Order: sequence, then structure tokens, then C-alpha cells
Amino acid sequence: MEFLAHMGGVFAPVNFALLLAGTVGGLILGATPGLSPTMAVALLIPFTFQLQPVQGLILLGAAYTSTVAGGAVSAILLKIPGAPANIATTLDGHAMAKRGQGARALQISFLASAVGGVTGVLLLIFLTPVLVQWALAFGPSHLFWLAILGVTVIGTLDSNSMVKGLLSGCIGLWLATIGFDDIMGAQRFVFHDSVAGGISVIPALIGLFAIPQVITMLAKGRVATAAEALSVERHPVLDAVRELLSRTRALSIGTATGAVIGLIPGIGGQIAGLVAYDQAKKVSPEREKFGTGHSEGVIAAESANNAMVGPSLVPLLTLSIPGSPTAAVLLGGLLIHGIFPGSDLFENHPDVAWTFINSMLVGQILMCIFGLYVAGLAAKVAKVPNSVMAAVVLGLAVFGSYSVQHSMGDVYVMAALGVAMYFLERFGFSAAPLVLGLILGPIAEANFVQGSMIANATDGLAAYFLTGGLNIALISLAAISIVYSLWMEAFSRRSSPGRKEQEKEQ
Amino acid sequence: MSDIPAKQHAVASGAVAAIGAAVCYASFTQAPAEAFLFPRIISSVFLALALWTFGKALLGRSRVGEGLSAQTLRNIAPGLAVALVHIFWGAETLGFYASSAVSFLIMLAVYDPAPHSEVGSWIRRLAVAAVYTAAMYGLFAALLKVYTPQGIFI
Repeated sequence: MEFLAHMGGVFAPVNFALLLAGTVGGLILGATPGLSPTMAVALLIPFTFQLQPVQGLILLGAAYTSTVAGGAVSAILLKIPGAPANIATTLDGHAMAKRGQGARALQISFLASAVGGVTGVLLLIFLTPVLVQWALAFGPSHLFWLAILGVTVIGTLDSNSMVKGLLSGCIGLWLATIGFDDIMGAQRFVFHDSVAGGISVIPALIGLFAIPQVITMLAKGRVATAAEALSVERHPVLDAVRELLSRTRALSIGTATGAVIGLIPGIGGQIAGLVAYDQAKKVSPEREKFGTGHSEGVIAAESANNAMVGPSLVPLLTLSIPGSPTAAVLLGGLLIHGIFPGSDLFENHPDVAWTFINSMLVGQILMCIFGLYVAGLAAKVAKVPNSVMAAVVLGLAVFGSYSVQHSMGDVYVMAALGVAMYFLERFGFSAAPLVLGLILGPIAEANFVQGSMIANATDGLAAYFLTGGLNIALISLAAISIVYSLWMEAFSRRSSPGRKEQEKEQ
Repeated sequence: MSDIPAKQHAVASGAVAAIGAAVCYASFTQAPAEAFLFPRIISSVFLALALWTFGKALLGRSRVGEGLSAQTLRNIAPGLAVALVHIFWGAETLGFYASSAVSFLIMLAVYDPAPHSEVGSWIRRLAVAAVYTAAMYGLFAALLKVYTPQGIFI
């Protein structure tokens, strides 16, 4: 119950003000189509430089939590999911809004998000200390394989193509080796002055997540926002609470599904929402109502995508393996403040760790309260034209990258990586494994080098890295994720309609 | 099988394979060898996967990705050009804020669907650009104390 001892930290005036700002800002950003939670958190990192580590993390954590929930506003009122995590919410949420039940749908959505979110954070609170103790048993070879496992799992599960996902991860690992080698001090792959000191993680994150979104908005050309926001009428909150309590089946399915999926590295809220929606529909006696504006659909989807948030931080805070692309960006935020996840975080900075986790718990409640009030405003922001949104995000990306080290070189790196990522994404490559490779690359290399030194003094490289229960378990998990991904690709090819005709054409 | 012409896939994966080959070559030819041990392992896997992807693309078996249509390229070209000129030339020559304001206004002019012949729409664009510049100045110069490069202007 150590977390209770640090609960007061959340309510320190500056911390609470940042929590509030992050929550309200995140709700508005989340409601804006095209601004994903990952991108929102990446763009916020430069604003944390002048803050204390715990304050910076509170701001980022609040933004992460509330952008996921805020995405429901545009999903319900505009039929445009604010983030991929809210796709399932559009199915019933917008149908409810069209019937004049927009306020009811929003209230149910935020209440379900809060229940799912609180459960997810409680899981984070109780699982993390156990796993941190377990992580103490990890030596260099295990940490090396863990880093490789992180890249492999996200590369295989977060991409439509297993090979392109792994290739993206390799590109990230290579980018991480640019600059000076830590052991010998040799320069590696320095092809431009801008990368002489290596690739700075924050500008790279901003470029990889924000610039492709900017270009995607520009790709729509000179078009007006076609979406029409449905109006939000008044609806008693207590009725929404009563309705939520009467739909415990959908709520528990959504919460449990989201929590479990969040623990698996690489699987995001999009999958959590869709799987929970599908499961809730299967077991519901009113399954024929799903898709026509049934509150159970909204409850299952929203509780799942918020229940995923807390558990997705468990592998990050204990083993440095981010459970989702947004968690990877949060890792970048931790490292920039000189904080390393794992036992170091909980032994040397328990106030930072627990205040951050507690703030996510309180943030879920604030998100629920303020979500209901800012929904109307958020829906208006969601209608901001693409041209303005693209230019604003581009401006934030340029200023944010520059502010990291006051260097134009960082801005060049951000722009180059961002433009390249847009084109790569058009051909099936994925930003998430690339980012994981970039972040976990130094961890993998440092432990590989350290492990090699130990191996040379003992049983040799193969014996050190390839034997032992934990090494074999980690290698097996990486292999299983590859085999599973291959099986899923083969399955989807077999089940895709018109495949035989296409093969004939070939 | 996606509808993207196989040529597009081949060009994209060919470019990645070329980078993979260059990285692999540099890893195995640069010294000291100890500093390049990890890059050698990574670049070997990188090259193997890139060649596999390139081979699949050449055989017309690349399945994922939406590709690029001529219309998409036409749509993104002006915005991309403005952004790149701002980043690689304008920010240091004109000044960070001046260049940001100009590029923001050009982007609005190019992508805002409001007619170019209306005075009202130009006034709105100018007002939005002014608010944007003031907000950026307030956030980064006043609040975060970020000292940006100064050119002809600020």
C-alpha cells in the first residue's frame, strides 16, 4: 500500500494544476480527429523540460489518459473517431447521438471510461511492485533479449506485415547506433553534422508521429470539414449512472478485456475496444440492438480502451518495455528527465513513481467530471479545418523539436524522419516498432556489450546469451510472437474475399 | 494483393534495401571493429529483411500499404514544399517567428477552401496567422524561454 503514502503529492497545488490542465487539454486534443494520443503526448514533451520530473510525468500521464477518453466525443458527435482506440465507439455512440441522445452517450462513455481507467490503474498499482522485484533478477543477457523482445513483439503485432514491422524495428535499432559509441568513443554512421551527437529521441518521436499526420491532413487537399457535429442536449447524470450500473455485463467485459490486452506489449487500445465490443455483443441477450445505438456497445468499447492505459505502463515501469506506442513516448519523457524505469525508479525515485501513478488514478475521476462539461467545446475544436490543424501541428513540431537542445539540427532530424515515415507508412511500414527500436537500441547495445565482456571471461558468447531458463524463455516469447504473426497473416489471407480471383489474375 | 502498382512497392522497398546495403557495408568496413559489433548484427538482419521485402515487391507479392496516388502527391507537394523551405531556409534566414508566420499563412492560403477572391477570407486567414504567431511566441519565447535563431526579423 506504498502508493497511499504518496497520494498527497498529487494534490500539491502545482501538481494538481498540471493534472487538471493535462486532463482538460487532453480531452480537447483527443476529440480532434487526426491528433492521436501518441502524437499529443509527443508534442507535449518539450513543455515538460522546465518542470520537475514528477510534474512533467503528471502532465504527460493526464494527457495520455484523457486523449483516449476524449476521442469518444468526436466518435459520438461527428462519427469520426478522435483516435484509433475509439473506432468501436462510433458504431453505437453516433447512432445514439443521431436519435437525440448525444448527452446520454457522452455521459455513459465518460463514466465507463472512468470505471475501466480506474481498474486499469489499480492493476498497475498492484502488479508493478511485484514485477519490479522480479526484474532485479535480470542480468545483461536478459535485458538484451528483453529489449529485442520489445522490438519484436511490437514489430510483429503492431504492423499489418510481420516482415515490414520487424524491418521498421531494425531501422530504429540502426538509427539508435548513429553518433558516438559509448565504449570506444568511435563515430558511427555520421553522415551529417545534425546527427554527430546521435539522434535525439524527442525530436525523432515528434517527427515520426506528428509529421506523417500533418502530411495526411495535407493530402486531403482544399476541402472543407464535411463533418457536422450533432447537438448535445441536457440529460441527468444520475440516469446515466443508473444505466451504467444496470449494464454491468458489458462494463465488466470491457474492463477485463482492456486490462488484459493492455498488459500485452504491442497491442493497442484500438484492438481492446473492438475485441471488447465484439465479446459484449456475443454474450448480450440484446445483441441485435448492437450497431443501432445500444448503450452496451459504448460501455464495452470505452471501458476497454481506458482499462488498457494503466496495464500498458506495467511493462514500461518495471522492465523498460513500453506496452504501447504512447507508452514508448512516455519512456522518452522519463529518460529526458534522467529517470530510468525498473527497480531504479521505485528504489531511488519512489515519490516520482507513485505520485505519477496516483495522478493517473485521480486523473480518471477528473476526466469523467470535466469530460461531461468540455464535450461541447471539444466537439467545436474537432471541427477546426484541416488546413489550420496541419499548420498548427507543424508549428508545434518545429518549435518543440528546436526547444529540446536549442538546435536546428534537431529540427532537421525531426523533419527528415517525419517525411520519410509518411512515405514508409504508405507502403506498410510502421512508426511504432521504429520508435521502439530507437528507444530500446541503446539499452540492447549496452547490455550486449556488457554481456559480451562477461561472456569472454566465462563460458563464451553462445553459452552466455543462449542458455539459461530466462534467456530461453525470452527468446521463445520473441519466436512465438513471430510465429503467431505469421499464422495471423496466413489466416487473414485465407479469409480475405476475392483472394482466389486475385491469384488467378496473377 | 493491394491495388498499388507493383512498381511503387518495388521503388519503396528498393530504397529501403539500398539503405540497408549501405549500412551493412559501412558496418563491416569501418573501424574499430569492437565499436561496430552491434551495428554489424543489426545491419545484417536489416539487410536480410529489406532484401526479402524487395524480392516480394519485385514478384508483385507486396500486400500492405495504400501507396501514393498522383492526386495525393499533387495535394501534399505545395504544403511539403512550404514546410521544408521554412525549416531548412526560412527559420534561420528570416527568423523563427517571422518564417513560421509566413509559412502558416501560405499553408492556409493553399489549403483553406474559402475562395481566394473574397477579402473577408483573407482577413480571416491573416487574423488566424496573427493569433497563431502570438500564441507560439507566448508559449515558447515568454513561457519556456526558448531562444530561437534570429534572421532578418525575429
